[in-house]
Amino acid sequence: MYRYDQYDQAIVDARVAEFKEQVGRRMRNEITEDQFKPLRLMNGLYLQLHAYMLRVAIPYGTLSGTQMRMLAHIARKYDRDYGHFTTRQNIQYNWIKLEQFADLLDDLSKVEMHAFQTSGNCIRNISSDQFAGAAADELADPRPYAELLRQWSTLHPEFSFLPRKFKIAVIASDTDRAAIQLHDIGLQLIKNEAGDLGFRVYVGGGMGRTPVIGSIVREFIPVGQFLSYSEAILRVYNRYGRRDNIYKARIKILVNELGIAEFTRQVEAEWALLEPLGLDAPQAEYARIIAQFPEPAYDLAAPDTLDLSDPDFAVWVKQNVHAHKQPGYAIATISLKPKGGIPGDASSAQMDLIADLAEKYAQDEIRVTHSQNLVLAHVRKADLYALWSALAEADLATPNLDLVSDIIACPGMDYCTLANARSIPIAQKIAAKFEDLETQRDIGELKIKVSGCINGCGHHHAGHIGILGVDKKGEESYQLLLGGSGAEDTSLAKILGPGFDENGIVDAVDKLVAFYRTVRTGPSERFLDTYRRLGAAPFKEAVYA
Amino acid sequence: MPRILTGNRLETGDVLWWNGSDWSRHIRDAVAIGEEGEALVAELVAAERINDPVLIEVEAVADGWLPKTTRERVRAIGPSVRPDFALPSLTVDVI
Repeated sequence: MYRYDQYDQAIVDARVAEFKEQVGRRMRNEITEDQFKPLRLMNGLYLQLHAYMLRVAIPYGTLSGTQMRMLAHIARKYDRDYGHFTTRQNIQYNWIKLEQFADLLDDLSKVEMHAFQTSGNCIRNISSDQFAGAAADELADPRPYAELLRQWSTLHPEFSFLPRKFKIAVIASDTDRAAIQLHDIGLQLIKNEAGDLGFRVYVGGGMGRTPVIGSIVREFIPVGQFLSYSEAILRVYNRYGRRDNIYKARIKILVNELGIAEFTRQVEAEWALLEPLGLDAPQAEYARIIAQFPEPAYDLAAPDTLDLSDPDFAVWVKQNVHAHKQPGYAIATISLKPKGGIPGDASSAQMDLIADLAEKYAQDEIRVTHSQNLVLAHVRKADLYALWSALAEADLATPNLDLVSDIIACPGMDYCTLANARSIPIAQKIAAKFEDLETQRDIGELKIKVSGCINGCGHHHAGHIGILGVDKKGEESYQLLLGGSGAEDTSLAKILGPGFDENGIVDAVDKLVAFYRTVRTGPSERFLDTYRRLGAAPFKEAVYA
Repeated sequence: MPRILTGNRLETGDVLWWNGSDWSRHIRDAVAIGEEGEALVAELVAAERINDPVLIEVEAVADGWLPKTTRERVRAIGPSVRPDFALPSLTVDVI
């Protein structure tokens, strides 16, 4: 894992000191709320329905046991004993008090963490593949490049007041676990014909009010030049992105208005001016950062077999454990979607336990997924049973990864001021409807994603089944969308028909699943495959007839 | 429809309700606000100690008020998915 050097720590310490002073000025009424609000938002602090909400950055979703233990401490000391892992691989706390905020920031900074660039019109926390460094199909660990982007974008003076927020994701395999085509910039590490490493660069993807799949702005940019190329993209966006209309301010709108050919021409022209200036990191800096993501010290004698005689363990392995590139090792996903639970929520005791288990069994690394689960990426197969046993005791071993109960849900109107409807109760009711795990496994991969408003934090446009909460004359109503995917086969879900109330949307999902099970070609045809094969019409008839 | 006054405390973010002379954490303590409401909101905005002060419409119910919108009912009670946090004026089933 990357460890801060003196510059990183100095930047965080200075920013924390600055914001503590700003909080003090607000508390003493020396600045107004209108003046203070943009400052607190730039430090990840929102005012939500019940209290302040703090979003803490987890760069590319990777954290150590020590950092996870600090997140548990924050939950216990400053919040209500739990945190909420988000679709941006971050964590949010829902009950923060401004008067305690200075102490909280001090605690976070002790473990190389902070909350800036988790809000505001800047380059947000960089996201990546939760299987980075462990997946068998990746070219290289993408996180050193995500770390370079983190350092480049941190408090970048030119890009701190962009037309709108800006999200970048980095992966290094053909399997997309980070939804890169739905980011402002999506970077996929590839090799060219000469065998050199570089990035395929997508631009202008996004969800929210105007969902768009990103376009390729460059098929290959050498790794040594990807920072200056990113800078060129940001410059074009910063110069021409709209600032007159918040709903048309994202880069996807600019790309759409210019067309990808003209946008590309402008980026290339900008890059031709920038590239000779030496903005890219020197090779030694690449080497320094890559060296901080070393291969784990694998036990080369670790047995590559598993005793699956415990049927419950066998089910968990089948559903929540993935192949690791190193024989004798496996990748384990910890579901934060237990029966009756709130998607993404973890108690401080659970966070402490996961920290302990990461240190004991997983090379002291934890990953947060955009699906609101956690991953231990380097576990010896010989340790999996002990790991599973400990997780099960803490209700962290639900074997439902990618199944119908593994639902993404934003906080919705239970917490969020922007929301028009509640998301979490919908997710809970759908999960309860398909409570039986055997039924879930029979249904197979089915990604349901619920957002409480058009901003789409619950990624409803990328759901095989997407649900969008809307306001209908002061009452909650839910639109049903089908056919989305955030994977390498990215597609945008489309509205199926009229909306439903809270119980109606749950019944509609039930009808969809029942119909799918009658028409699929076999157990290996996923819900999404069946939808793509048959089109929307028969699904619409199944729901509305 | 009656109106009551609400906002969030600067220091804590807590949801507050105006009881006629001070702020309460509990909607059941709120008093109906008449035509003086807009002036009261303007004073609060100027004083900068209560965030987002606003008048909301409510229905009178036994032992208090029930906000007209789901959003304000959630504010008055707490998250519907955490009944263990519910403030005592109302229960989560009315959300």
